[in-house]
Amino acid sequence: MKSTEQNDRRSFLRKGLGIAAVASTVTALKAFQTDSVEETGEKVKLLSPEGEIVEIDKAYLKPVPEVHIPPAQAREGIPNKRFVMVIDLARCKNLRKCHDACEAMHHCGPEKEFLKILKMQDNKLASPYWQPTMCFHCDEPPCVKVCPVDATYKRSDGIVLIDTDRCIGCRFCMVACPYTARTFDWSEPAIPLEIAHQHYSPETSVPAKKGTVSKCDFCPDMVRKGEMPHCVTACPNGVFYFGDEYEDAVSNGDETVRLSELLRDRAGYRLHEDLGTKPRVYYLPPVNRSFPFEDDEFSKQTDHDHEN
Amino acid sequence: MKTKAHTSSKNTGDQSEEIIRELMPRPFGRIGQLWVALLIVICAVGLFFYIQQVRDGLGITAMRDYSTWGIYIANFVFFVAISLVGSLISAILKLSGAQWRTPLTRISEMIAVPAILFAAIVIVVDMGRPDRFLNVIFHARIQSPITWDVIVISTYMVISLLLLYLPLIPDMALLRDRAKDLPKWQQKLYKILALGWNNHPEQVKILHKSELYLSILIIPVAFGIHTVTSWLFATTLRPGWDSTNFGPYFVSGAFMVGAAGVIAMMYIFRTFYKFEKYITDKHFSNMGKLLVLLSLLYLYFNINEYFVPAYKMKAFESDHLKSLFYGRYAPLFWAVQVFGMIIPIIVLLSPKGRKPLPMFIMSIFVIVGAWFKRFLIVIPTLSHPYIPMTRVPESWQHYFPTFKEWWITASTLAGALLIMAILSRLFPIIPVVEEIEEAGLAKGENQTT
Repeated sequence: MKSTEQNDRRSFLRKGLGIAAVASTVTALKAFQTDSVEETGEKVKLLSPEGEIVEIDKAYLKPVPEVHIPPAQAREGIPNKRFVMVIDLARCKNLRKCHDACEAMHHCGPEKEFLKILKMQDNKLASPYWQPTMCFHCDEPPCVKVCPVDATYKRSDGIVLIDTDRCIGCRFCMVACPYTARTFDWSEPAIPLEIAHQHYSPETSVPAKKGTVSKCDFCPDMVRKGEMPHCVTACPNGVFYFGDEYEDAVSNGDETVRLSELLRDRAGYRLHEDLGTKPRVYYLPPVNRSFPFEDDEFSKQTDHDHEN
Repeated sequence: MKTKAHTSSKNTGDQSEEIIRELMPRPFGRIGQLWVALLIVICAVGLFFYIQQVRDGLGITAMRDYSTWGIYIANFVFFVAISLVGSLISAILKLSGAQWRTPLTRISEMIAVPAILFAAIVIVVDMGRPDRFLNVIFHARIQSPITWDVIVISTYMVISLLLLYLPLIPDMALLRDRAKDLPKWQQKLYKILALGWNNHPEQVKILHKSELYLSILIIPVAFGIHTVTSWLFATTLRPGWDSTNFGPYFVSGAFMVGAAGVIAMMYIFRTFYKFEKYITDKHFSNMGKLLVLLSLLYLYFNINEYFVPAYKMKAFESDHLKSLFYGRYAPLFWAVQVFGMIIPIIVLLSPKGRKPLPMFIMSIFVIVGAWFKRFLIVIPTLSHPYIPMTRVPESWQHYFPTFKEWWITASTLAGALLIMAILSRLFPIIPVVEEIEEAGLAKGENQTT
């Protein structure tokens, strides 16, 4: 009984979140519908929801229309959703694929990081581990509280966004955020011309603007397309689970699980619970790890700094 | 004034004439001209760098994602702090009945007005998007301490301007009637600013009443501006700022640096304009006692601010405190505490230390110390975030301002000094009419008019 329920939920989620991975930038949501389409003869390989590689004619591919959400509309959340993320620290080995995908999709440039992977060590005897951090989309966001112009706001779907068309660049939100999640465009952002000419949407944080604050946006533009945030899909180890608290389900692309069970069974926690910010990003402790910890060239240096 | 002159006796008339002659605004001497020229050059270069900053972004500063506030904000806090002197001398001393404050009132307002003006300017300089400044009004959110700061600072600016201007009206009338050999524009200026003042008892009554109300009103506003400014830090969760002590700590420090500012300007004006008769050793001695009192108060809040968290050494606080006590910021921290607070207290406690020259030196110590104290309040905290800094360049980990950033900051200080110089050139530095009244020479005049 229980397993069927879970299966139903899983298939439902797969539809909802569109885990159908794609081989090209074009999504083939309608690929399996047998409309009367004239076949071109050109075939493309796709990964089906069942995890099989299928070959279909290119004519069945339909580009997902890019929905542009202007700043005023971006203030309202996606209805009946409450997005949440769970990060499994036992699986992270600092591959940085999430980071690179995030940087690429948001056109961050070398100095701007929406997502960081930090070396953490809770005490001297405990083993160090890698911890991805980003904006936690807190339910009590200190950044939103201090913004003098309502440029950063909390939506009904739990996401905290920034309207860089309104931001005055006072950076109060940056000092208010205890997680240092926010970044600033100190100079004219170096982005390709065609990206710079795009219509701006707070949901994509693109194009960035000089003199304004930006940060991880939980990729609501991907969610609207029925896909997962870039960090989730980029991670080969399934570290990131993303989903909807109302549905009580999260998925890392490989498996879909009940949020409440996952957090209960694996002792999910949030960073600096004592600060009262109520993050929407949970962590699973780094126990029974998939990989041994290995330092990288930067982590050794920061160790030294922290002790002094 | 003309109608009054013949009613007063010859002797008192001569005396008032002497006061008027000695206190009239005078053209700059050679040093004054050089000083103004120097300030203009500093400001002009600073403006040039600022235009670059507007064009290229705040990237020309050393601020980055961790040290996201730098010396601009430290300088802002300094300006707000020193502007509190206006309320100290004009209001607190007035309401406590300290008669000796008369020759110091205008000096204090001449410091307060440019200081609060430049506090506002510096905040715009720090903004990433100064072009969107009006969003602060059109999209104002009352939850934000910045909105509170905008409200109290603009209120304080208006009250300070009025407290500078209202006592100036009788002097303006005096200048309007006397200064016939001045350039046309200057005569016109005095005429406009005098607002048709003719020393009518009704006018005097209104003026004194307004001054009294304003000096009562400015006290809560003064506490407000600096308490709210401290809340820009204290309302965050950052170690080193997360302190309930911040309001009184900032306000007491502000009164201290304000008093030091007045002492420094008293000394400079007295030396250059030969005001020994008006700004006496007694004034210095009284201001010295006041400065000691305020410094001791500040010392008390410093002990609370540093000793209590240092006793507990909570994990994240300890990184911050260690960097101040014996880490990266220790030389600056101890220099500021010793030279900017302890030594002035020791020197000014002795009557010998309360002579004009040592007081001038001590007040410079206090002012310079106060500026760097704001640096120590703003910057080290941001170098110690909850989340460890990794994969960032060395320059991001330890903020040190760039040359242009220093220069722009220096030019805001120069700008405030320039406004003070211009005010002292155009208006009597010591209230003339009040001095005449206090010398007991004006009694007859008031009765006849």
